[in-house]
Amino acid sequence: MRRVDSEIITKEITDAVQTANFSLNKDMYNRLEQAVKKEESRLGKNVLKELIENAKIAEKEKIPICQDTGIVVVFVEIGNEVYIEGSLEEAINYGVKIGYNEGYLRKSVVETPFRRENTDDNTPAVIYIEDVPGDKLKLNVLIKGAGSENMSKIRMFNPTADKKDIQKFIIDVVKNAGANACPPYILGVGIGGTFEKAAYLSKKALLKKESKDEKINQFEEEILREVNKTGIGPAGLGGKVTALDVKILTYPCHIASLPVAVNINCHASRHFSIEI
Amino acid sequence: MKLENPLTEKKVKKLRAGDKVELSGYIYTARDQAHKKLNDLIKKNKKLPIDLKDAVIYYTGPAPSREGQVIGSCGPTTSYRMDEYTPALLEQGLRGMIGKGPRSEVVKKAIKKNKAVYFAAVGGAAALLSKSIMESKIVAYPELQTEAIRLLKVKNFPVVVINDIYGQDLYEIGQNKYKEELG
Repeated sequence: MRRVDSEIITKEITDAVQTANFSLNKDMYNRLEQAVKKEESRLGKNVLKELIENAKIAEKEKIPICQDTGIVVVFVEIGNEVYIEGSLEEAINYGVKIGYNEGYLRKSVVETPFRRENTDDNTPAVIYIEDVPGDKLKLNVLIKGAGSENMSKIRMFNPTADKKDIQKFIIDVVKNAGANACPPYILGVGIGGTFEKAAYLSKKALLKKESKDEKINQFEEEILREVNKTGIGPAGLGGKVTALDVKILTYPCHIASLPVAVNINCHASRHFSIEI
Repeated sequence: MKLENPLTEKKVKKLRAGDKVELSGYIYTARDQAHKKLNDLIKKNKKLPIDLKDAVIYYTGPAPSREGQVIGSCGPTTSYRMDEYTPALLEQGLRGMIGKGPRSEVVKKAIKKNKAVYFAAVGGAAALLSKSIMESKIVAYPELQTEAIRLLKVKNFPVVVINDIYGQDLYEIGQNKYKEELG
């Protein structure tokens, strides 16, 4: 067994929540630069340029890209040869607490849905733990703002539904989000599993790297092309670039069901991956 | 074009959907909980903590400021959540709103009726937008923390007109222009 001290986890999370909030991911930065070239609308082009400038200021001054510094979602992949000394969840939440205070990040989490009293340290994070082979501990940190989260949807399809039906649903979700959720979007799509599994996959899909599944890749490209025909454009002011990427994850499901969830992410798609 | 607050009817009449505007002068911040509180006061016929006559409200909850900073990152939040509370504020003289995303039909009618304007700031450009804010102080509901009502002094704050008094909507106009037949 490999021992991992929970203090290391706390330290890594403290840094990760700040980095993810201050520094636009290189991949996202490149996508925005490509989008400037592709966008035909003058207003849309300007929006994209402002987003690039915004990212530069945030990075340089160590201030958040967006004032909505989100709720922290952590996907943990824990190797079955790893032994954590102390509580994993406590270590993560402690890291969030320190990171949000030290980084002057907005605290946006309330204690109960009805009384809505701020927890004052942006905890608790939403944590998912997955068991994997090996002796590594991976923490994939996602900063999720409410503007995009509020526009996400799930639908339980009949098992006889086809790709066209699913595609139409995804387009409808994007149209409904319109200018609200800070386009151009990254779309996470979860297909299959159960009600909650599809929703989980849709969020996890936001972190997906290239896949070797040609059929899925093709479907993602097809959806992206269609989404970019909606005309929504950067900031919803009209244009050709409504989404920057579509990422799908699938899971086996029951003969009678076909759940499909769409999790929308804004153009900043703030995330950071840690390997310990 | 450049505009100086207070935002009078005369100034608003010149604005058309799609106009890029640089706003200077004082604006208030208010979002979900502050809107609810203001509406409760209006319903009870009580005096509001701020004067809305020819005022502009910016829907935002800024990030905390670092030492030496006027304000932390400060971009717009989604406007539709304020829709149910907006007509009552417009009746009180509110002239302009800054947010992101489309408004309800009811709000659009109230904008036209009260000769007001709805601007959008770029969602997610919060670090950049904070550079146009020169002063910031909490003027009501400090207990709401980031959601408190602040009075901001802005200089050349960049916005675009979405809904003008003539019933135009930039989201509709812009999106229709680039819409293609779906496959």
